[in-house]
Formats: sequence, C-alpha cells, structure tokens
Amino acid sequence: MIAQDKLVIRTIQFGMLAAMFGAWYIVTRSGGTLKLFLPAPELVWREMGVLVRSGQLWSALYVTVVSIIKAYAIAAIVGIAVGFAVARSRTLVHLFEPVLSGMFAVPLTMFFPLFVLFFGIGPDSKVAYGATYAFFPIALNTIAAFSNVDDLYLRASRAMGASGWQQFRYVYMPAALPVTLTGLRIGFFICIASVLGGETLAATAGVGRATALAAELMETAKLYAWISFVVCMSVMLNLLALAVETRSERE
Amino acid sequence: MTGGNVVGANAVSARATGVQAPAITISNVSMTFAGREPSQSVHALDDISLDIRKGEFVCLLGPSGCGKSTLLSIIGGMLQQTVGTVSVNGTPVSSPRPDDIAYVFQESTLFPWYTVLENFRLALKFRGIEEANWRDRAMQSLSAVGMEQFANHYPKQLSVGMKQRINLARGLCVGSEVLLLDEPFAALDEQTRMVLGEDLSILLARRGKTIVFVTHSLAEAVFLADRIVVMTARPGKIKASILVPEPHPRSPDFMLTDAFQNIRKELYGLLRDEIRQTVAAMRLARDAQA
Repeated sequence: MIAQDKLVIRTIQFGMLAAMFGAWYIVTRSGGTLKLFLPAPELVWREMGVLVRSGQLWSALYVTVVSIIKAYAIAAIVGIAVGFAVARSRTLVHLFEPVLSGMFAVPLTMFFPLFVLFFGIGPDSKVAYGATYAFFPIALNTIAAFSNVDDLYLRASRAMGASGWQQFRYVYMPAALPVTLTGLRIGFFICIASVLGGETLAATAGVGRATALAAELMETAKLYAWISFVVCMSVMLNLLALAVETRSERE
Repeated sequence: MTGGNVVGANAVSARATGVQAPAITISNVSMTFAGREPSQSVHALDDISLDIRKGEFVCLLGPSGCGKSTLLSIIGGMLQQTVGTVSVNGTPVSSPRPDDIAYVFQESTLFPWYTVLENFRLALKFRGIEEANWRDRAMQSLSAVGMEQFANHYPKQLSVGMKQRINLARGLCVGSEVLLLDEPFAALDEQTRMVLGEDLSILLARRGKTIVFVTHSLAEAVFLADRIVVMTARPGKIKASILVPEPHPRSPDFMLTDAFQNIRKELYGLLRDEIRQTVAAMRLARDAQA
C-alpha cells in the first residue's frame, strides 16, 4: 500500500473513533435517566485516574495477567504436544480429531461451575478454565498442520537422503508452522476471553471480578473505567500477537 | 530402415554395454500393486529386463498408465518391486540411494519455505556433503542453468518454468552419477520445454551422467535420448528399443532433419496400437462401472 493511502485510512479510522466519543459526550449532555447507565466521558476518565493512583488497577491486572500467562502456557504446550502425537498416525487422527472438534463445539462456559468446584474460587479455576478452552483450537490446528504436509515434499526429501530427524526439522516443521501459528493465535484470544469471563462469573480478584463488582454496585463510571482498561489491554495484546506473527512469517 | 534401429531389447543392451559394466541393470522386474481385494490388484509391470550403460540417456516412452513412472520409482528405490532385481553401479537397490541416484519429480519439489539457495544447501546437507562446499556447488549448478541471479528468491516468486529449471539444477548439484527424471517438463509450455530440453542436452554432453527420463512426448524422447525404450499398455512390457545415433549436445536444428522425423514416425507407429488398447481398456472399465 502507498504511504498516502495508509495515511487516509488511518485518518478515517481515528475520525470514526473521535465521532464515537463525540456522540457519547453529546448524549450525556442531554440528561435524563440515561446518565445512570451512561456516565459522561470525563467522569469515566476521572475514575480511571482514581483506579490507577489507588493501585487497584495494578493489583487486579497482576492477578488477571498472571492467570492468562499460566493458562496460555499450559494450553500451548499440551495442545502442541497432543496435536503432534495424534498427527503421527492416520488411525489416531481418525480416532481423536472428531472427538476434539466435537468437544470444542460444546460451550465450555456451562462447565465453568465445575472448574470452580474442583479448583476453588481463587485464580486457579480461571487458569484451568482458560487452559482447557484454549487447548482445543491449538491441538486441532496442530493436528491439521502436521497431518496435511504434502506427500510430494516427504518423497522428495526421502529421495534426497534426509534422515528422520532432518525430515522433521526441515520439512515437517516449516510446512506445519503457519497452521500451527493460526491455532496459537486463536487459542491466545480464547484464553484471554475465558480468563476474563471466568473472573466476572466467580472470582475474588482480577480485572473481570472488579468489572462485575462495579456493575453489581451500580457504580457505572467505575464500570466503564474497567471496561476501558480491558479494551486498552486487548488492543495492546493484539498488537503484540501481530508483531510475533509477522516476525515468524519473515523467518 | 531409415531412422532408428528396432531391435530386441536384449540384443541392444548387449551391444550397447560392450565390455563396460552397465550403470543400471534391471532384470525380470514385475510389479503388482495389491488392492483391498484380490480383484482390485493392479499388475503394473511385467518381466522388464533392461541394461543401461554409463553415460547413456534412456527415455521410457509409453501410453499413460503403462507403468513407466513406476519403473522409475523402482530404480530409484522409492518403491519395492514384487519380482526381480534392480542394481545401480552393481549394488541392488532397496531404498533411496542419494549417493548414486538423484531423482527429479514431475512437479517442482523446491521447498516453498526456503529460498532457492537454501533449497540447494538442504539437498547437499541431506546428501551429507561438507558445509564448506555448499555455496560453491549450489551457485555452480544454478549458473549451469542460468538461474544464479535468483539464488535468494523464494520459489513462489518464480514462474513454473524457472522453478522446474532450478529443480533440475538441484538434482544435478548433488553430483549423483545416475539421474532419474519423471516427466520433469510435463507441466511446462511447449517453448519452455524446448529450451530446457536443449539445456539438458548440453549439460549431458558436458557431465556424462547416466539419465533415465520418463516422458510421453515423442519429440522430447527423440530429441533427448540415446535410446528410447517403448513400453506396452498395462501391464507394462518392453515393446521395442530404438537408438538415436546423434551426438550430444543436440541443437534444435536436429528436429528439422529427416532422421529425427523418421524416428518420430516409427515411434508413433509403435505407440498407436498401445494407445488404442489403453483407451479401449479405459472404456471397458467405465462401462463396467456404469
């Protein structure tokens, strides 16, 4: 894309964002009961400042981020290991692939109370829940990636005298990388959504918990402040995931 | 006979080999692919015997489905024959032998996730060649096919013809004595085919490798081969062996000579019946299904 086109697109995007905030501001000036559900932007901004200065944001963010990291690490390691092991044989793929994709189709949210029952109301239940949910797309994509490596490349590498390890390192791995990465990215966002969602349902700490509490107490300015933090966090994580992806694509 | 000489396959091999030990010896090879049921098994090759001497360029020609690619896979150790033996440089072949045999496939098998140069380095690494020589050998083979300026391109940045040219160069760079080519130009247009055929003839004259080339193009076979082995419809047997007494490198002018045209006509005569038979068998199979 030409730099000028890019500039135009960015300008329009920021324009839409500004229009949204402008509409928000104008609506809150018109008064009425709406104020209770939709506080003015400057009130939300003030509340955000309070949450930052009081340290509430940092302690909640710490709990949530650590849970996400733990859950994602478990999902990625177990998902790739299981996916790779299953993809080793046609029979195993036929056996496990439909089971895993069937389980992934079930809304695991319904099982969340079980996670609380087994792992307690603390962060552990959110870690287990997020890891379980993110495991499925990672494992399924890894299976697809490794079982669909083009036979032509395998035959060619065999004809060229590649050893088993060389075939894995230079043919299987690079061939399977793009689809595996897609699984890791889907898993990443499912993991974040699951941990935050779990926190809003049953937790003692974390950003999700703080958001739900603000809603229960009808502290709407605070509620919007927490939501704004979640939006900022998502945008930053998305940028991080994009950066990782473009780097691995270049390699 | 004006063009080539039709002789029994064994008579030719006896004369062509002379005193020198053949590079490739195929004796009484048959191949049957087992189906799920006995009725579904396919008899692909029937009692093939063929000697190919060092430095000879042999084309396997036959109707589609006659088992010529199967025979090539067996020579390369990619497939195991049901009956008979295949020896390359005096040793029976039972698995891929990259030290003696390089294999070039119909489609480009350049790994899309590596650059051209990385692809060459990998081929040399698989072959077990010392790292110090990689770059030189890769660049040498690339310049032999006029592709050295594309060393750092990825395969997807190249045209089909360029990819296949590089694919061929990769087969050459590992330095195996025997080169097996499975319809390497099949996916290319007529003009690119001719240019690549000429390249191959020049390379061959320079390096003296033993080449077995599968094709179903009559002109390609006559232009490239020292000897054309014509196969029958399935199960594939050797129908005739035709010599092309024209030294390499051959120029495109060779295609305009009477000698070329006569061999081509002769091949057409030999193949016509086989192709008819193949078509009839396909119709029969279709009707049986319906």
